[in-house]
Amino acid sequence: MKALITGNEAVSIAVKLARVEVIATYPITPQTNISEKLSLYCSRGEMDADFIKVESEHSAMATLVGAASTGVRTFTATSSQGLALMHELLHWASGARLPIVMANVNRALGAPWNIWCDHSDSLSQRDTGWLQFYCESCQEVLDTVLIAFRVAETVSTPAMVMLDGFILSHTAEPVDIPEQEMVDKFLPRQKPLAPIDPKDPHTLHAVTGPDYFMEFKEKQYEAARRAEQAAREVSVEFAKIFGRNYPLTEGFMCDDAETVIVAAGTSAGTCRYVVRKLREQGRKVGLMRVRTFRPFPFEEVNSLLAAAKRVAVLDQAVSPGSEGVLFQEVKASLYESAGGRPAVYGFVSGLGGRDIVPEYIEEMIEKVENSGKEKLDRVNWLGLKK
Amino acid sequence: MVTTEQAVKQPVTPEEYKSGLKPVWCPGCGDYGVLNALCQVYHRLGLKPEETMIFSGIGCSSRITGYLKSYGFNSVHGRALPIAMGAKLARPKLNVIAAGGDGDAFSIGIGHFPHACRRNIDMTYIVMDNHIYGLTKGQLSPTSPHDMLTTTSKFGSIETPINPILLAIGCQATFVARAFSGNIKHMVDVITKGIEHRGFSFIQVLSPCVTFIGKDQFLIIKNLLHYLEDDPDYDPSHRTSAFHVADEKDRISVGVIYQKKKPTYMDQLEILRQNAASKKKKKLADLVEIFRP
Ligand SMILES: Cc1ncc(C[n+]2csc(CCOP(=O)(O)OP(=O)(O)O)c2C)c(N)n1
Ligand code: SF4
Ligand SMILES: [Mg+2]
Repeated sequence: MKALITGNEAVSIAVKLARVEVIATYPITPQTNISEKLSLYCSRGEMDADFIKVESEHSAMATLVGAASTGVRTFTATSSQGLALMHELLHWASGARLPIVMANVNRALGAPWNIWCDHSDSLSQRDTGWLQFYCESCQEVLDTVLIAFRVAETVSTPAMVMLDGFILSHTAEPVDIPEQEMVDKFLPRQKPLAPIDPKDPHTLHAVTGPDYFMEFKEKQYEAARRAEQAAREVSVEFAKIFGRNYPLTEGFMCDDAETVIVAAGTSAGTCRYVVRKLREQGRKVGLMRVRTFRPFPFEEVNSLLAAAKRVAVLDQAVSPGSEGVLFQEVKASLYESAGGRPAVYGFVSGLGGRDIVPEYIEEMIEKVENSGKEKLDRVNWLGLKK
Repeated sequence: MVTTEQAVKQPVTPEEYKSGLKPVWCPGCGDYGVLNALCQVYHRLGLKPEETMIFSGIGCSSRITGYLKSYGFNSVHGRALPIAMGAKLARPKLNVIAAGGDGDAFSIGIGHFPHACRRNIDMTYIVMDNHIYGLTKGQLSPTSPHDMLTTTSKFGSIETPINPILLAIGCQATFVARAFSGNIKHMVDVITKGIEHRGFSFIQVLSPCVTFIGKDQFLIIKNLLHYLEDDPDYDPSHRTSAFHVADEKDRISVGVIYQKKKPTYMDQLEILRQNAASKKKKKLADLVEIFRP
């Protein structure tokens, strides 16, 4: 069935289709209407789930950690400050190996206050052990929530699905809504890693000394790495059932490209427009969209970028004192590339909802093609007021 | 804080205590009343804008900091109290006010409230209670009455609300009052008393959200009001009576519900310092004795 729905509605419908059993949320712009929709589904009985209106995001994640420990499917949604407040429990969820799924509607972090999109909220949680998927369309949002459950449960690791605040969360697009039976087939109940057995009570997560702590962390690390292969396999299966294919990274006109742009989220759409336009002028440019950020798809990134002469990374988050976040990751990946080693340049734009317009992308391409390394900085700002 | 010269021209009318920024509140919102009352309180007490600082969290009500001509700090959701406390401890002579909504105070920020009450730092906390999350467009708040319909309780709330006044008295606050944003004159008296009180003052202002609950709120609340000042027998130093008033179901008492004289946190710190100084020559073992709780 096709419907005209927003990104937030796509999330809510996916959560319903996934037959989630416990939901805990605290409202925050631009996530709020996910909370409202899900609470409506639950109170109307359209979902057989408990919806808990907790007193903060910290409590939301804590509630889900408790619920997921019993083996049920759990979900929350948040943004920005809310995600930051969850930080302590994000580590806990991944350390406890609980396949909780969350939608994070990307929004800038303060100070100063801002409610608009950038990627600083989720990228600053990159080391919490959560899988991270960045979406470009409302259809992709719906599908990715389903994929996230499947991958998370396969490797017993929590996952967050990112959608750009307002640009996706509040913009309606035609979306194909899958049939319940097909989703049930794609998302069978999986046995939790450490199921609770009433006949054999245990204490969970008690103090673990230096003699065993590292073994736990190594297992957690391996699971998150294993998620890379799992995500590839799940994508193939998803494509078989639903006819839509989601590789870990998406290459667009990369084959013979000399300059490749790297982007994540909806700015990739603007980049694609510019790439197409420049291709018409005979310029050899391409785009790589990072869809899966954790696990980081080293293989895909290297194979898509190695043949290029130069790479321009467009970041919507910056690590003060260092560089753009995506830029660091792409550079690190290419360092171990067996193929070529293109020059990599970092650009930052679109912070706090500043529109990323095609002119910025063109400016970025002009700069990397014509100015060379010495004229560019570690972080090159696009669209900054003088 | 040492201010030899007044840095800002002293406002001469209540109106001049406004920053000039146009509030983005909906027409008819209860929070306008609180803003107007605060301007009158500042005027009545002759507060200097540069020696007064108002802290808020996030919410419609928390925007109030920007509308006043004093220092303002629009902080993180739920954290007005600890940030205000930090400023007061660093600059004890500042007039410190914290303000915000019921969500800010009693959901996400509730962990700070009991500690602010029991610590008795000399500051005033005004909670504009509209029983809803206004800014995020009408979700259930911890003070929403049982059965209330909101965007996250479409068929009525099944939760028991927090009673902020009971909570404050229970947590040993030394000044607990309630006002109604529909009666500015009375609110001015109550807030003035709160600021004059030495210690932590908590004021719950019933401040209707006309957009997500409705304009009729003003009339509903007005018809239930009971002014404690009109009751010659009411003694706000009597804790049991205060609990009783806080727990009323058939009417809404406004005014000073509870007040108690008690050394402030800074008073006690000063005593502690003096004790420690006078015993300077003592051995380490004696010092340990001083700091034993
Ligand atoms: C950590 C965090 N979570 C959620 C939010 C979103 N948020 C902003 S204000 C608010 C509730 C406001 O309610 P209240 O404090 O009662 O103020 P009102 O708008 O009703 O005056 C929420 C949930 C936020 N800013 N930060
Ligand atoms: S939404 Fe409600 S609380 Fe917010 S400004 Fe409007 S009336 Fe006031
Ligand atoms: Mg409120």
